[in-house]
Amino acid sequence: MSHEDALKTTPLYKVHQELGARIVPFSGWQMPVQYSGVMQEHLCVRNAVGLFDVSHMGEIDIRGRDALKLVQKLITNDVAGMQDGSILYALMCYENGGVVDDLLVHRFAEDHYFFCVNAGNINKDFQWISGQARSMDVEASNISAETAQLAIQGQHAQSLLDKLSDAPLDSLKYYHFKKGKICSVDSIISRTGYTGEDGFEIYFDAGKAVAVFKKIMEAGEAFGIKPIGLGARDTLRLEMGYALYGHEITAETNPLEAGLGWVVKLKKEDDFIGKAAIQQKKDAGAKRRLVGVRFLERGVPRPHYPVLRQGAPVGEVTSGTFSPSLNCGVALCSVSSEHAAVGARLEVSVRDKRIPAEIVKLPFVPSRVKK
Amino acid sequence: MKIPADLRYTKEHEWIKVEGGKGTIGITDFAQEQLGDVVFVEPPPAGAQLTQGQTMGVVESVKTVSDLYAPVSGAMTSANKELEAQPELVNQDPYGKGWLVEIEISDAGELDALMSAEKYAEFIREEAS
Repeated sequence: MSHEDALKTTPLYKVHQELGARIVPFSGWQMPVQYSGVMQEHLCVRNAVGLFDVSHMGEIDIRGRDALKLVQKLITNDVAGMQDGSILYALMCYENGGVVDDLLVHRFAEDHYFFCVNAGNINKDFQWISGQARSMDVEASNISAETAQLAIQGQHAQSLLDKLSDAPLDSLKYYHFKKGKICSVDSIISRTGYTGEDGFEIYFDAGKAVAVFKKIMEAGEAFGIKPIGLGARDTLRLEMGYALYGHEITAETNPLEAGLGWVVKLKKEDDFIGKAAIQQKKDAGAKRRLVGVRFLERGVPRPHYPVLRQGAPVGEVTSGTFSPSLNCGVALCSVSSEHAAVGARLEVSVRDKRIPAEIVKLPFVPSRVKK
Repeated sequence: MKIPADLRYTKEHEWIKVEGGKGTIGITDFAQEQLGDVVFVEPPPAGAQLTQGQTMGVVESVKTVSDLYAPVSGAMTSANKELEAQPELVNQDPYGKGWLVEIEISDAGELDALMSAEKYAEFIREEAS
């Protein structure tokens, strides 16, 4: 078996096993899908606080005189207005407007940025970035292997982390980050997350992952903390209508068709890869839209289930699950634009049945991020 | 891992309790643990004719859809209506309140093909290794 094909593990693999996690392959990694159960873990994040090992995600450091130039060329969003310590959600696109990845751009300084990218796209993204950086005065480094990442999410996240942080986190605003110490370990602490709750994502030396994870779990006991697996990570983000690469966005999707027009700044002064193709799509009018769909009867929507309107196919499910907060099936669906209005009645084909559903506004559950 | 001695078991992790000519069917403790939180049960329609080894509805967890297989042939007489509002009963009490369907067994001889509790325990021990 070649080493490249072998599934990777994060520094916390043994800890997950000790906690009784069910480990499954995910994007080339052995990851915990659940510990005590997806429903329980999901509700723990919504009602208290949860700790996620997201060390499988990728981190890419970009610095140099042309760093700003490179970042502007790579991403659809505009970093021109960014301040040091701020974060931007962005997309990298191909020339034809398809998506390379979605990511978070952190700005340390005008000539220094750090990308957080999806686990399954690390090598692809790094090659893409390095290719675009050729002949520029900039250095891109893939620091994923030496960086651990944990997410602490839920209403008690700040109270919990304040106990372990060298400085209070109250003044750290949403989509901002700072350098500090968590459990005496140098960390990048960002007020971001994939759950819709207040929370933080921390990045630090992979060698300290086990110690920090255990200390957070210990201090978190008083707040009702649980370790949270990828199963609940998915139900949480779906309730918020957040995109997942490989589902809502792929190399074949245009951002406008994935509900991500707001991440594309066509008026940005700098040209970016994919700009022309996306502008063209905008001018012609996007043929498909991403919508939130809620089941009106019992059932569970899943990816690729057909979506019908009055019996005729109008699209398909990109992501679907059973919402623990709402106790019903919810889905993100790609449907043709003329059938994408909120309130529209649809049907989703679940095996041989057609389950009535309706298009609702996103998010399915109110967001509680600390804006 | 609970494996009641008075039941018979299939390789697909269903159990059947036989009382006279009637059978009560469900999924095992091992199966519900593998599945995770059950959120939806879709039994066969009322009056369905079940055939040993063929699919008879599904059990869904948050992450997966799992086919159910008929342990023996027969006419389905009822499905557990409690599971509509409380699918989690399958996790909490897989051999009791979490039962799935009741049938009129058409050929008692088919039961011979199923495993005893002892054999099933061995079977899952081997599967896990």
